[in-house]
Amino acid sequence: MQAETGQTPQDAVHLDGVAISFDLAQGRRFDAVAPTDLVVGAHQFVAIVGPTGCGKSTLLNATAGLLKPAQGAVRIFGQPLTGMNKSAGYLFQQDALMPWKTVIENVAIGLEIAGVARAEARREAQGWLERVGLGAFADRYPQMLSGGQRKRVGLAQVLIRNPKLLLMDEPFGPLDAQTRLIMGDLLLNLWSEDRKAVLFVTHDLDEAIALSDRVIIMSAGPRSRIIGDYAIPLARPREIGEIRHDPLFNDLHRTIWNALRDEVITAYRQTGAVSDTKASVAS
Amino acid sequence: MMNRAALISLQILVAVVIVALWHLASTTTLFGNPKTVAFFFGDPVSVMRRIGEWVFEGSIWYHLWITLSESILAFLLGAAGGVLFGFWFARKPLLAAVFDPYVKAANALPRVVLAPIFALWFGLGIWSKVALGITLVFFIVFFNVYQGVKEVSPTVLSNARMLGMNERQLLRHVYLPSALSWMFSSLHTSVGFAVVGAVVGEYLGSAAGLGYLIQQAEGVFDVTGVFAGMFVLMAFVLLVDWLVGLVEKRLLAWRGR
Repeated sequence: MQAETGQTPQDAVHLDGVAISFDLAQGRRFDAVAPTDLVVGAHQFVAIVGPTGCGKSTLLNATAGLLKPAQGAVRIFGQPLTGMNKSAGYLFQQDALMPWKTVIENVAIGLEIAGVARAEARREAQGWLERVGLGAFADRYPQMLSGGQRKRVGLAQVLIRNPKLLLMDEPFGPLDAQTRLIMGDLLLNLWSEDRKAVLFVTHDLDEAIALSDRVIIMSAGPRSRIIGDYAIPLARPREIGEIRHDPLFNDLHRTIWNALRDEVITAYRQTGAVSDTKASVAS
Repeated sequence: MMNRAALISLQILVAVVIVALWHLASTTTLFGNPKTVAFFFGDPVSVMRRIGEWVFEGSIWYHLWITLSESILAFLLGAAGGVLFGFWFARKPLLAAVFDPYVKAANALPRVVLAPIFALWFGLGIWSKVALGITLVFFIVFFNVYQGVKEVSPTVLSNARMLGMNERQLLRHVYLPSALSWMFSSLHTSVGFAVVGAVVGEYLGSAAGLGYLIQQAEGVFDVTGVFAGMFVLMAFVLLVDWLVGLVEKRLLAWRGR
């Protein structure tokens, strides 16, 4: 069941044969991602799922402009990407807030550096903090918040700039199961307002299906590639806790998991048997 | 941890016990001839009386003021230089690599040997002491700022870039706060060294300051004067350290607890 991807300039992301390699010691190279094509529609929520170390975050970083592909081209809303991706917001897996700024300063900074007046930026930041349920925490420092609260601040920090494309790298990975559900609902809630294009990297298949319109499966690395592209025709609005009991959810899960399982086992065997990835290095 | 009042009483108790022993040793035959003890260690009553004279006659304030201004100048100039060079070196790895052995060599030098040279260059006034303090403060701040810039979390940096910061904004919102937080966490050490530089400089040749006071007393075997000078110096350092603690608490509030 290939998802439809019309090749219009309105598409948010175009990866044309993007491959990513890293230089290792002694002139050797590690080919993380084999040449890959991927299109993300303008209002599409796309999840990339794959075993640990399959290069899905690497692909995301190439889309963000944080990493230069070894070959291939990245186009963002039709324009070739050079340097940083200015239309994208990026939610990181690790703590990315500036610890020396208060919560509200962290949220407002994106507007302030873009030239918005301080008072105006703060007012808007306060509004965003209220939308993520942290209106009363404006003057705290990130260190004083829980992991889930910090993610909410991160979400507000990214969304306040109103990016047309949202890149998320296992954003809820470090959180506990309940908090992940709540954060997922919050994300869908905010997303449904204007349906930005989303590229969401995760290793959690449940999360991927519950959130997205399309699930992309990547093979185990090195030279990982896309091995599956599944449309998720579950009705919206969705409630993540509930949708897991939907029979369609279970069908999709079974189908996709069958494709993913072998890759997970392969990846597991690789990391288990040979701890250094150099065993599969291309010279 | 015990409560604050109990802690302070115990801390005061230590001082009382030491002074009491000192007093007993210098006035009774408990630990040998009190005259000998008083000759080598002075006695607490005379020392206190001497400090009292200094304070009430007002002669001590001038010396304190000199030492304080030398320390402050040494700290400010040394810290400014340390921040500037720490930043510059951290952002220019080639520069840091080239100068690395020279920085290490300069830092390995015991600063006391520089005091006569500074006296020669800058005279016996405050500036030779300030220079000595700068050589101490500079390296502490320099290494901390260098580390602070180097150790910025790559995720925070990437995030700031994705939020649209250019190099100048990164400097102001990411590198500088990170570097300063490292500098502030070494504030006690660097301020302490500024005072050390001032006092050692005064001790080795000057016409005013706490170091001068102690040196003068030593020159005429005035043990009471030496101990009185040391106590004033200790009180001075405790006060400065307490003030630094207040400043630090404000500046590093974001570290929380």
